[in-house]
Amino acid sequence: MSEIPAELRYAASHEWAKNDDGVVTVGITEHAQDAMGDLVYVELPEVGQVVAAGDEAGVVESVKAASDIYAPVAGEVIEINEALEDEPELVNNAPYEGGWLFKIQMSEETDLDNLLTADQYQAQIESE
Amino acid sequence: MPCGCGRFFSPNQIRHPANPALSMPPAYAPRPRADIIAPHLNSGVYMGHRTALYDAHLAAGGKMVDFGGWDMPINYGSQIEEHHAVRQHAGVFDVSHMTVVDIAGAGARDFLRHLLANDVDRVTPGRALYSAMLNDSGGVIDDLIAYKRDNDYRLVVNCATRETDLAWMEKHAGGFAVDIRERAGLAMLAIQGPQARSLVAGLLSGARAEAVNTLKVFGFAEDGEWMIARTGYTGEDGVEIMLPGNDAVTLWGQLLDAGVAPIGLGARDTLRLEAGMNLYGNDMDESITPWEANMGWTLVLNDRDFVGRQPLLNQQQNGHGELVGLVLEGKGVLRAHQQVLLPNGEQGEITSGTFSPTLGKSIALARLPAGATGKVDVEIRNKRQPAQVVKPPFVRNGQAVYKAL
Repeated sequence: MSEIPAELRYAASHEWAKNDDGVVTVGITEHAQDAMGDLVYVELPEVGQVVAAGDEAGVVESVKAASDIYAPVAGEVIEINEALEDEPELVNNAPYEGGWLFKIQMSEETDLDNLLTADQYQAQIESE
Repeated sequence: MPCGCGRFFSPNQIRHPANPALSMPPAYAPRPRADIIAPHLNSGVYMGHRTALYDAHLAAGGKMVDFGGWDMPINYGSQIEEHHAVRQHAGVFDVSHMTVVDIAGAGARDFLRHLLANDVDRVTPGRALYSAMLNDSGGVIDDLIAYKRDNDYRLVVNCATRETDLAWMEKHAGGFAVDIRERAGLAMLAIQGPQARSLVAGLLSGARAEAVNTLKVFGFAEDGEWMIARTGYTGEDGVEIMLPGNDAVTLWGQLLDAGVAPIGLGARDTLRLEAGMNLYGNDMDESITPWEANMGWTLVLNDRDFVGRQPLLNQQQNGHGELVGLVLEGKGVLRAHQQVLLPNGEQGEITSGTFSPTLGKSIALARLPAGATGKVDVEIRNKRQPAQVVKPPFVRNGQAVYKAL
């Protein structure tokens, strides 16, 4: 069973979001990285880019496939995980820690309410 | 080369916006095809074919996927680690899903010289050759390996094309004294890597060990129900062994105990692409001739007539596109169906693309206009990324070998 930290919120498209005083860190879930397999390339948004919730904000590519990453909340991208350029496998090895993708200065706190809780996300992946 | 269910296995540019991170190529979960259930199974309920090694795959942690109607391991944890195991040590693949067909009878030789674009007379008994089987337009119905025995022949063809192949063979068998018999009961293991032959030989004895130790490339030997061939689909040394299912289970266990890594279909694809070997359904199909698929070296055109010959002669006169290699110099990963833009405005298309674990960069096979060389651009997500045209293979025996064109 894949790890789904209770303190995070989740998008149905398998991103996780962690809110620290309005700065939301975004990554992909343990379940998602496992389904993708070994990641070999990560394309991240530009710092300063303004995104709406649900916008395409990057791409992760494994050996076998490419998948879009969506911004789970609206706001401005204020930091990206530059380590992933050389070490995309960080996403496989530590999807909730060193494998984070980018941080958004959230503009609408209510966006978080539209995301899934850990239990809801668990239910979703069990039903897939 | 025949590697398996080519048309189902296309790790292409798959992006499912509705469900992105989980977007799995259809390759890994094709719909079951009712027409390929029989005759292997007599169950009326579709379960997916299982090879003799199904339980062994689960025991080794195999992540099983539906692959052309077969439940097969895509990996046993990390596709990249499996890839490196084959390049640096030894790995074992279950390729029992492939279709084995024996061609016997007084007319077998004449039949195969008519049916295949390569000439079985090029080899002596105990040798195998790679060939295309063409349609009347010169398009590739399948690629296969033909093993020439003393009195008959064995063909190994792709499982995805099984029905088409068998029907095409039957259609052309009229007029030849030939018996076409599928050998569905055999298992097949490929053991590949620099240490593969010495490790396999250490587990066998007598004629079998002798064969593994002494066979020349594309040579094979038989002992009882075992056929051992020094062939493969990885660009490394190794053998492929056809054998009864029970024996395959035993040998598999011995190989794993000896430190040989189990390798899934994912690494099989990256290994074959680094080796510059074609995947049926990706790099060629019935609309593509051998000239257009870097298979001109398999054609013997001028000693006999064969199915598809005249269109090949015509195309030889009139010109044709070419299958070449690309090495990405820009960002991203090359994938099948991406467009290739030449400096002169002409275009081509990637037929197979991946990240090369050995080279640490992305590589591809692409069909380009004849004579394309130098730098090209590849369109990846609406951006142009530079790539170098190269002559495949990319990797042989663990080393980068590609040459810029």
